[in-house]
Amino acid sequence: MAAAGLNPGGAERRVSAREARPRTGYEYIEGWGMAVGAPARVLRPRSVDEVAAGFAHARRDGVPLTLRGTGCSYGDASVNRAGHVLDVSGMDQILSFDRATGVADCEAGVTLSKLWRHTLPRGHWPMVVSGTMFPTLAGAAGMNIHGKNNFKVGTIGDAILEVDVVLPNGELVTLDRARRPDLFHAVIGGFGMLGAITRVKLKTKRIYSGEVDVKGVSSANLAEMMAYMDAHTADADYLVGWLDCFAGGAAQGRGLVHHARYLDEGEDLNAERTLQVGYQELPLSILGFPKGEVWRMLRLFNHDLGMGFVNWTKHQMGKLEERKGFHRQSHAAFNFLLDYVPNWKFAYGRGGGRGLIQYQVFVPKESAHAALSEVLRRSRERGHTSYLGVLKRHRPDPFLLTHALDGWSLALDFKVTPERRASLWATTDELTQIVLAAGGRFYFAKDAVIGPATARAMYPEGALDRFLALKREVDPDGLLQSDLWRRVFGGDPSRFTAE
Amino acid sequence: MVSPRFQRALVVGASSGIGAELVRQLAREGTRVAAVARRQSELDALAHELAGAPGAVLARAHDVTDVADVPAAFEEVVRGLGGLDLFVYAAGAMPAVAPEEYDTEKDLAMLDVNLGGCVAWGNAAARYFHSQRSGTFVGIGSIAGDRGRKGAPVYGASKAGMEHYLESLRNRLAERNVRVLTIKPGMVETPMTAHLDKLVMPIKADRAAREILGAAQGRLWNVRYVPLRWFAVSLVIRSIPSFLFRRTSI
Repeated sequence: MAAAGLNPGGAERRVSAREARPRTGYEYIEGWGMAVGAPARVLRPRSVDEVAAGFAHARRDGVPLTLRGTGCSYGDASVNRAGHVLDVSGMDQILSFDRATGVADCEAGVTLSKLWRHTLPRGHWPMVVSGTMFPTLAGAAGMNIHGKNNFKVGTIGDAILEVDVVLPNGELVTLDRARRPDLFHAVIGGFGMLGAITRVKLKTKRIYSGEVDVKGVSSANLAEMMAYMDAHTADADYLVGWLDCFAGGAAQGRGLVHHARYLDEGEDLNAERTLQVGYQELPLSILGFPKGEVWRMLRLFNHDLGMGFVNWTKHQMGKLEERKGFHRQSHAAFNFLLDYVPNWKFAYGRGGGRGLIQYQVFVPKESAHAALSEVLRRSRERGHTSYLGVLKRHRPDPFLLTHALDGWSLALDFKVTPERRASLWATTDELTQIVLAAGGRFYFAKDAVIGPATARAMYPEGALDRFLALKREVDPDGLLQSDLWRRVFGGDPSRFTAE
Repeated sequence: MVSPRFQRALVVGASSGIGAELVRQLAREGTRVAAVARRQSELDALAHELAGAPGAVLARAHDVTDVADVPAAFEEVVRGLGGLDLFVYAAGAMPAVAPEEYDTEKDLAMLDVNLGGCVAWGNAAARYFHSQRSGTFVGIGSIAGDRGRKGAPVYGASKAGMEHYLESLRNRLAERNVRVLTIKPGMVETPMTAHLDKLVMPIKADRAAREILGAAQGRLWNVRYVPLRWFAVSLVIRSIPSFLFRRTSI
């Protein structure tokens, strides 16, 4: 494949993505949670040829390359302190969408936001979306993301029909379940270590309304919440539990389940209106405040006492919400809770080693209740109570390094400060031991802490070796690397938590 | 030793005048400073002079009119410094202009240094600070940017343009926790002003640099006249009606 220059210096200019950025620049690149980051040269290709040129560029400079989309991974998955970063978010064209089959063919940098805005008026919604609408499809595929319907439809990989990948040698290959199925199932969930995904073809779901039917169900503790969710995996399309992680004793794991289902044809008499993009927009103000500034108020509560109060209040509100029974909410409002308050992460601080990590653990159903209870108890006991806890039900999928299993996940947002960092890492080390003992796993889109021994322990027999063999095959000289790769697959093999 | 106000600083236009003084003062208080300027010999002399200072000086020869070299130079020095907390654009040219001179080539060359170089370096620094969500960006404008004077049509225009650019950056970067400070020095005794017949209320470059670093440290100023009394002078000058202003020798 011809490798065109990344900066041809021509007169052609285009403004794309959420902010116009230079084609190349030296920038500070950080994980979404802000707790990890490093400066790097960022290359922003606009075509497959330029992706290959980016690979050649890094090779010429003799440095490793990290792939990045919109930087939504919480940890260091798209951070590279040792080389360059290739940001594909500028390749953001939807190439085609077939209204009859719901199949969308998209460039790598198309975000979930762009995708649903395109498909919704055409009566479709992405099969799988994350809690934020800003990830790119390449990032979503590379991380094999899941949504609140993981128990029902699997991960986004299950909805992907075909991907184009530029391999480290510059070759462009098309992968699906028939053509190189081994590579297809490894690239999805391969966190950008096997090649750059440049095109994603995926199916979307036919919907008959721009709304879902939602009900809040307040739970007094973790067992009650898990029992409710288990009892409704058949009749719910989405199930997600919010937890007040400050509650202990008999109330540990109390919270609110959101149970939602798609509307059938004819149920929404206003479908023509609700299927418009404008109907989906999130509110512009929250309690009368412009939402762009709301994080400043959250910052006032960003300590144990304040967040304890916020969580307690939310739990009480949850009891009231339960009385409403089923009510309707737009797809965007239901799915993208993380986008309600823009920049809410700034409440955790804005630099200088401040931020948050999300520590999400996946545990098989048999051991889930005991392990998750212990995780909640231990983190509280160690003085690192999570300010936000989210419980989800999962199912296995055929991807090589998948995080999903027949069980449960608990996502915990831990505050990071320079003073508390060491003790937080020590605490997650303890939690990691609990999770591994329960046969659990971790998820690279979120992770910032696990070490080589954890990666070795968490995958099914042989999976990691098969992945590493593929890595050696397609990237023998290790062009594609990230801070995460070096943390989890390099360093001291005896460590369960990396420094 | 007191810890430095800035850990890592980059000064563009560092070989003489205010820029060189800034490098001296920063290095002496322990800041790691990258000194960027056209003349390698001057940079070498500065680095030699500061060899014993607590803050290391990293010299990089670069002509600010060589816009294509800016990204590489920026990356090189920031990598060398291990990050960036303070950026100062102090490169400036003010050639002598005769009363009836209209020399386009000379004027555009001045714009390239005062404005073009500022935009090229400023964009690289602004993008870096934007992505880092912290940083202090200082641009050295001039009282000459306040009014269109007979004596310096393009110098004044270049500084007015630069100050407008800095104001936009300030408004753009405020939500990213980045501070942009416009410095408007009065008459400072530097090689750039050496050809002027008389200097009004002149100060030495070391005093100017001291005041600039003081203003850069706090959060009080968006635009700071150096020394401060030029603020009052400027108020008066700016309020003179045009039909009178043209009769003055200002």
